[in-house]
Amino acid sequence: MTSPIAGGVDCDLHPAVPHLTSLLPYMNDYWRDQVTTRGMTDLVSQSYPTNSPISSRPDWRPGQGKPGSDLADMQRQALDPFRVRYGICNPLYGVQMVFSEDMQDAFCRALNDWLVKEWLDKDARLRGSIVIPTQSVEKSVAEIERCGKDSRFVQVLLLVMGDMPLGKRAYWPIYAAAERLGLTIGIHAGSAYHNPPTSIGWGSYHIEDYVAQATAFQTQLTSLIVEGVFARHPALKMVMLESGFTWLPAYLWRLHKFWRGIRMETPWVDRAPLEIVRSNIRFSLQPVDAPPDPATLNRLFDHMQSDELLLFSTDYPHWQFDGDEVLPPGLSGDLVRKIMIDNPLATYGRLEFAKETTP
Amino acid sequence: MNVQFRPEPSTSLSLKTAIADCDIHPARATATELYPFLAKRWHAHLETYGKQAYHGMMEGPPYPKAQPNASRRDAWPPEGGPQGSSLSFMQKQLLDPYNVALGVLNPLASGQGLRNQDLAGAICSAINDWQIERWTSKDSRLKGSIVVANEDGPTAAAEIRKRAGDPNFVQVLLLSRNVEPLGQRRYWPIYEAAQEIGLPVGVHAFGFGGNPLTPSGWPSFYIEEMVGHSQCQQTALASLVLEGVFERFSKLKMVMIEAGFGWAPSLAWRLDKTFEKLHSEVPHLKRKPSEYIRDHIWWTTQPMEDPERRDHLFQTIEWIGWDKLLFATDYPHWDFDEPSRVLPAGVSAANREAFYLGNAKKLYGVA
Amino acid sequence: MVRHVIAPVDELPPGTRKFLIIDERPIAIFNIKGEFFGLLNRCPHQGAALCEGPLIGLAQSSNPGEIEYTKLGEIIRCPWHGWEFDIRTGQSYCDPKRFRARAYPVNVEPGSAVVKGPYVAETIKVAVESDYVVVDL
Repeated sequence: MTSPIAGGVDCDLHPAVPHLTSLLPYMNDYWRDQVTTRGMTDLVSQSYPTNSPISSRPDWRPGQGKPGSDLADMQRQALDPFRVRYGICNPLYGVQMVFSEDMQDAFCRALNDWLVKEWLDKDARLRGSIVIPTQSVEKSVAEIERCGKDSRFVQVLLLVMGDMPLGKRAYWPIYAAAERLGLTIGIHAGSAYHNPPTSIGWGSYHIEDYVAQATAFQTQLTSLIVEGVFARHPALKMVMLESGFTWLPAYLWRLHKFWRGIRMETPWVDRAPLEIVRSNIRFSLQPVDAPPDPATLNRLFDHMQSDELLLFSTDYPHWQFDGDEVLPPGLSGDLVRKIMIDNPLATYGRLEFAKETTP
Repeated sequence: MNVQFRPEPSTSLSLKTAIADCDIHPARATATELYPFLAKRWHAHLETYGKQAYHGMMEGPPYPKAQPNASRRDAWPPEGGPQGSSLSFMQKQLLDPYNVALGVLNPLASGQGLRNQDLAGAICSAINDWQIERWTSKDSRLKGSIVVANEDGPTAAAEIRKRAGDPNFVQVLLLSRNVEPLGQRRYWPIYEAAQEIGLPVGVHAFGFGGNPLTPSGWPSFYIEEMVGHSQCQQTALASLVLEGVFERFSKLKMVMIEAGFGWAPSLAWRLDKTFEKLHSEVPHLKRKPSEYIRDHIWWTTQPMEDPERRDHLFQTIEWIGWDKLLFATDYPHWDFDEPSRVLPAGVSAANREAFYLGNAKKLYGVA
Repeated sequence: MVRHVIAPVDELPPGTRKFLIIDERPIAIFNIKGEFFGLLNRCPHQGAALCEGPLIGLAQSSNPGEIEYTKLGEIIRCPWHGWEFDIRTGQSYCDPKRFRARAYPVNVEPGSAVVKGPYVAETIKVAVESDYVVVDL
């Protein structure tokens, strides 16, 4: 196995909201009454059923309650053993499934405030992602600006399966706000289920949805690149979270091949897609969708033609690896340092900024 | 010095060794060319209501193509009609110069992806008769694909059984995009019939089933549709594996056509890795997903992935198996792969032969 | 380098192109708004007859959604894979460093000069009073 080094950044941790009622203290009177008088249920997405094996490593599953809902567990199971300097919290609470922009806004604000009070305030290593009400771009921008004042928020979080492809120009004010405030855009596996969870309709199984997440990332990457998001925002960094990455080389070969012939359709894409990925896109390490032999993985790294694309992640508490084998076998010491420290610090501009300004 | 002022139309390098082209698209010269094979009732229906596919356009595709009819601009037949509609010009431009010993026809503008299932069945059956009459009976190198009303299992199965033992056909053809993912049970009668008559099922990229092209809705550009076919194909294949189609139909062979193959290793690894955790949800699977793929799936090559470093491509092929690739040009379409350009020197003679011809002959049972 | 006399200027009016083979090389000569250009009729990508493609403009953009369309009629788009080449230089736009179409200089010379040589014109009758399209290769 490859040993992690101290001082890294865990870019994908999932603190769990115990229940919708946990957010009530962070809602105004109207929404508190709405939740209680209408008997609203907990917002658990089918993307991560609480008891699904992928939703928690067996030995990380608590005696009661949702995996990842207890800070002490997270400290003991992820932050301490992997000796990270920072851990970035990406709450996957199912607020994206809500259709009303007003309700979604209320729930997102509550979720972000909950993250600050219940997590970021309680462990200085933790950093946050701003969950936004994508049903309204205007409200999303307002929430980014509101939360962005707290330098511990380092990222804006989107789900990979939503209402529209993420490159669509309607979303660009979100990217402009993120760039202006030095925030990274994180795109995480999961669906709002506003569209069928695969490109060809509804499958039968949870496993099908999960496997399809990787293809959803591929379609989003195409959208972001060909719509010209990075021509407009060349400094913007986007991180694909829990996306898998072994699909990237073959995906880029295909995109590059077609771009060369249809360049005139999207002329703002004025360099090869691979170059755009190298400058603007990063991927969290877990899951590593490859066999455990170092030879295959090292070939894949060679196909990726860059050692700057991967960012260390445990995907805590999701079940992606066992024991302390968070790093796949056969990585060089130099690559470990890049994945765990250099690449995340270069991606999340606010991490170093926060260090300077937070006591 | 030699100046010719009336050069011959461009022909490419001749190939010394014979090849199989496993993805050729025959077209109809006129809108009415199918009528002799189609009951009269449908002539008026088509002229009054059109085909009514699972998209809004009365004619043409929702994403305008990169070239007219998505075809090479040098493939217009001299006698008129769209690209791919003339056998003699196809012989002259494709079959003869490239030494094609086996050409598999995949008619695309058929009755597939239509909302009216009676019409779908009628057009598909007519297309199959038309392939025999206009193509396969006139050039023994060409073999047809049985197109079927994809959303109507019993009708599709009957059409397949009707063609049992007919040497004009070497596969059953489906498209990747349907009303539901291809592993769903509504499509099982198709697989059952194909297995019964001993033909592989080809799944060609494209098609319409009413679902948005991405799990986040409809994208903006044609390039997104083109790249997106590989994501559709990946989910179609995942569905086939996870629904247990290959457990149920253990002799079924399938060909992934024109959707790339470079993604296959990563998809198989992801399926295996996820299956390790979630196998309790799919207890009907007795083996690892990658094993079903290895045993049941073949891949046509075009559009061949085109990395900067060719060794990356060959390493990817090694993960899939040289015995699983079937060379294809996609003639007359614009993203045609030129046969002499896809494999550089350095590939062993045995792999080269398998890639260009041997695998196809074996799979399609053509001597 | 040999200078080949291709045709009297009148036979190649603006908007036309002429295909010919010189020393086994397929060549196309274009008249674009009175200017003449020569290209090898073979795409450097996969060998298609490049010069049978349409002449279009060059789409560029520094701001997504806003397209500047220049060089109208000076970009040849390959009839197969759609790669774009600048007819003046042969430069490709999708991969300018690695792919370039072979361009040949084309000039108009008076018959009086052509008659004196050193031009190769054995298949064309040259009259002193006409002008001729001449390609260097």
